[in-house]
Amino acid sequence: MESIKDRVAIVGMGCCKFGERWDTGTEDLLVESCYEAFEDAGIESKDIQAAWFATQNQMSGQVLAQAIKTEYIPITRIENFCATGTDAMMNACFAVAAGVYDLVLIAGVEKLKDSGVGFLTGGGGQPSSQVMPPVPPPAQFALAANRYFHDYGLSYEEGKKLLAMIDVKNHHNGSLNPKAHFQREITLEQAINAPMMAFPLGLYDCCGVSDGSAAAIITRPELAKNFRDDYILCKGFGLAVGGLQGMLRDYYDFTHFDETVNAARMAYEAAGIKNPREEVDLAVVHDCFSITELIIYEDMGWSPRGKAKEDIESGFFTLEGGLPVNTDGGLKCFGHPIGASGIRMIYEIYKQLQDKAGPRQIKKADIGVTQNLGGRPGSFSGAVSIWGRRD
Amino acid sequence: MVGIVSYGAYIPRYRLGKETAGWGLPIEKPVANFDEDSITMAVAAGMDCINGSDRNTVDALLFATTTSPYIEKQGAAMVAAAIDLRRNILTNDATNSLRAGTLAMRSALDSIAAGTAKQVMVTAADCRMGIPGSEFDQTSGDGAAALLFGDTGVIANVVDSYSVSDELLDVWRAEGDSVVRTWEDRFVLQVGYLKVLPEAISGLMQKCNLTPKDITKAVFYGPNPRRHGEMARSLGLDPQSQVQDPLFGRMGNTGTAYALMLLIAALEEAKAGDKILMASYGDGADAYLLEVTSEIEKLTPRRGVKGHLESKRILPNRPRVAGGRGLDGAPPSASARWRERAEIDRLHGAKCKSCGLVQYPPQRVCTKCHSKDNWETVRLSDKKAKIFTFSLDYVAPSVDIPLAITIIDFEGGGRGLFMMTDRELEEVKCEVPVEMSFRKLRSSGGVHNYFWKAIPPRD
Repeated sequence: MESIKDRVAIVGMGCCKFGERWDTGTEDLLVESCYEAFEDAGIESKDIQAAWFATQNQMSGQVLAQAIKTEYIPITRIENFCATGTDAMMNACFAVAAGVYDLVLIAGVEKLKDSGVGFLTGGGGQPSSQVMPPVPPPAQFALAANRYFHDYGLSYEEGKKLLAMIDVKNHHNGSLNPKAHFQREITLEQAINAPMMAFPLGLYDCCGVSDGSAAAIITRPELAKNFRDDYILCKGFGLAVGGLQGMLRDYYDFTHFDETVNAARMAYEAAGIKNPREEVDLAVVHDCFSITELIIYEDMGWSPRGKAKEDIESGFFTLEGGLPVNTDGGLKCFGHPIGASGIRMIYEIYKQLQDKAGPRQIKKADIGVTQNLGGRPGSFSGAVSIWGRRD
Repeated sequence: MVGIVSYGAYIPRYRLGKETAGWGLPIEKPVANFDEDSITMAVAAGMDCINGSDRNTVDALLFATTTSPYIEKQGAAMVAAAIDLRRNILTNDATNSLRAGTLAMRSALDSIAAGTAKQVMVTAADCRMGIPGSEFDQTSGDGAAALLFGDTGVIANVVDSYSVSDELLDVWRAEGDSVVRTWEDRFVLQVGYLKVLPEAISGLMQKCNLTPKDITKAVFYGPNPRRHGEMARSLGLDPQSQVQDPLFGRMGNTGTAYALMLLIAALEEAKAGDKILMASYGDGADAYLLEVTSEIEKLTPRRGVKGHLESKRILPNRPRVAGGRGLDGAPPSASARWRERAEIDRLHGAKCKSCGLVQYPPQRVCTKCHSKDNWETVRLSDKKAKIFTFSLDYVAPSVDIPLAITIIDFEGGGRGLFMMTDRELEEVKCEVPVEMSFRKLRSSGGVHNYFWKAIPPRD
């Protein structure tokens, strides 16, 4: 098997303002992100040879074609729960690395606010026996939080404080980001005392529901110089799809997610990364809930198993720390428009690697990682992507 | 001789009591939780009854109730499936009369005597409603009984019986009625209870050549403590020593289950040689004479009436929703639910024959060793269990906020995700023991959907 490392370059990206975009529909969001990407790359929609369309709520690539008016090009619509965006990016990269296409668009979008619901409900419309309990995402991830507190001897107060520190960090980063839905700082007390959603997760431990779209334009490195000097290179991907192992195996511990561990392993291997804690400069990860981000620190090999607490308390993952995580504010501040999130994460890495992240810019930004998780503790689609500055 | 082989009972955990706002009486009334109904309670009593015995020898399951959730759909089929009995058995509902339990008992005894069945389980359950504050409200309760009848290993022989049929408008409900109707109190008593019950009892005593002093314990229906005491005296029985406590103020009149539950309460204190007289009332009366055998000493422990009486929690407020009423949500796809019936109704998991891992729900391909179509059935419903982890969902569209979601680990292997009910928040923690209980999830689109939930253990 061949590695994807250094075989694909991003030459343009766009990201719309995420939020409650009442006056903006799916197509409007796509126009916003895709045209920013076109401008960034210095191209027009007619230059795109193929596209991958990342979205859960829309079906068929026709929706993208109609929005940006491509003329009968191949468009593949991808859905893989919350890993949708990264999965689409990965497949688009394969096509470019294989030399089948020279210039490819990846666009992700989700218009969630038309549903009239204020929090993630976890979908599912297939007719069924209806005996499964209604377990929305906050309750799903609370299962991991309660077991994590139990296994690692954290009292309710200790655990809540740890989670709150992650919420405060992400809100701080989001307050520096004009594209974020939420741009307001919060305090530890606000996070700890917020209304309970699913014990022990309170309002600020949960990402919200937002509309959003993001887009990327990719080509092969040898062609990238024609578009810009500061293109970034793909270093690796990982995609690990669970088959309900965590629910069927009564020896699963609920305090780690094998799908993340496996996806990270694949991506690190492709990128040649042997010591992730040292070699990764920044990361944008799937903080659908604060506990998720905490477990991700361990699953990605940044904190030793069970020891995320020490790194959180020392500020290791803050903008000033050794491995800043969610420098853009994360899902916490962007909400989670499913198809757009993975690409929005890559957008932040792209800007950081180009030294264009403004007040969020970290000093050393050479290798950036994104990580997505779709599903629930017990079964996920886990995806990781790694990007680096050009030589 | 044909008689009772084993018994079981069920009384809901929650009671109205002195501390209950909107009740305040020194009377404890068991009230079915929002997710319980006659079917779920009959299942619980049946599980208590069959506990430790071989289910495969039960040839019939009868379900007696006046509060069946369906008019045209058999409750007994669902009860039999949830208890995990064989498929090739006779199932039948006995309804419409408060005597349905003792009438079903007659059918059970007759079929064993005739040789069409070796063992028959009779379940009886009711959750009837009265006008709040009425005498009926104060003297009634929700509950269920299960009796296993057979001709081997009998703990109490059914020696004889006597029945009277009586067409009378004293206590009734018509289609669509949610509360029990009665005619004038004095008519109901004088023409009904006080006349008809003694008719059946004296008919039995004559038939069997008995005098009152031959009776060790008399078990019989009464509308309230006072009338019950009067009946005892008028029958020539000593209320102190010869009469089974009718359990007013602790359990109350549980409808079709009442006489059977009082019988079980009597059996819990009985010894070999005791002669028990049992009588039920409703559209007539049934009277039975039973004689306890020495086999009763060999009966394995079960909760019965006593155990369930002791395991209780007094509610702070009178609930608005009880007895399976008032739920909402999506009806099931009939074909999907039918396809999954073994894992849903019987809580069957699968144990891989190759690597031994128990999986729920059953998988064609083992998650651990990938062996295909190579497993044996495991019943999880009667296994000891514990909470592995949990969540309390404050946002779910549920009657029961916060909704307790639990990952349950079963003794012997296997794990599943279930709701937890009958619980206080402090009882929902990692590593805490639980047991499984068959409950109604919701009623919608004219479909009553049932599944198992975790509950704190009743002992």
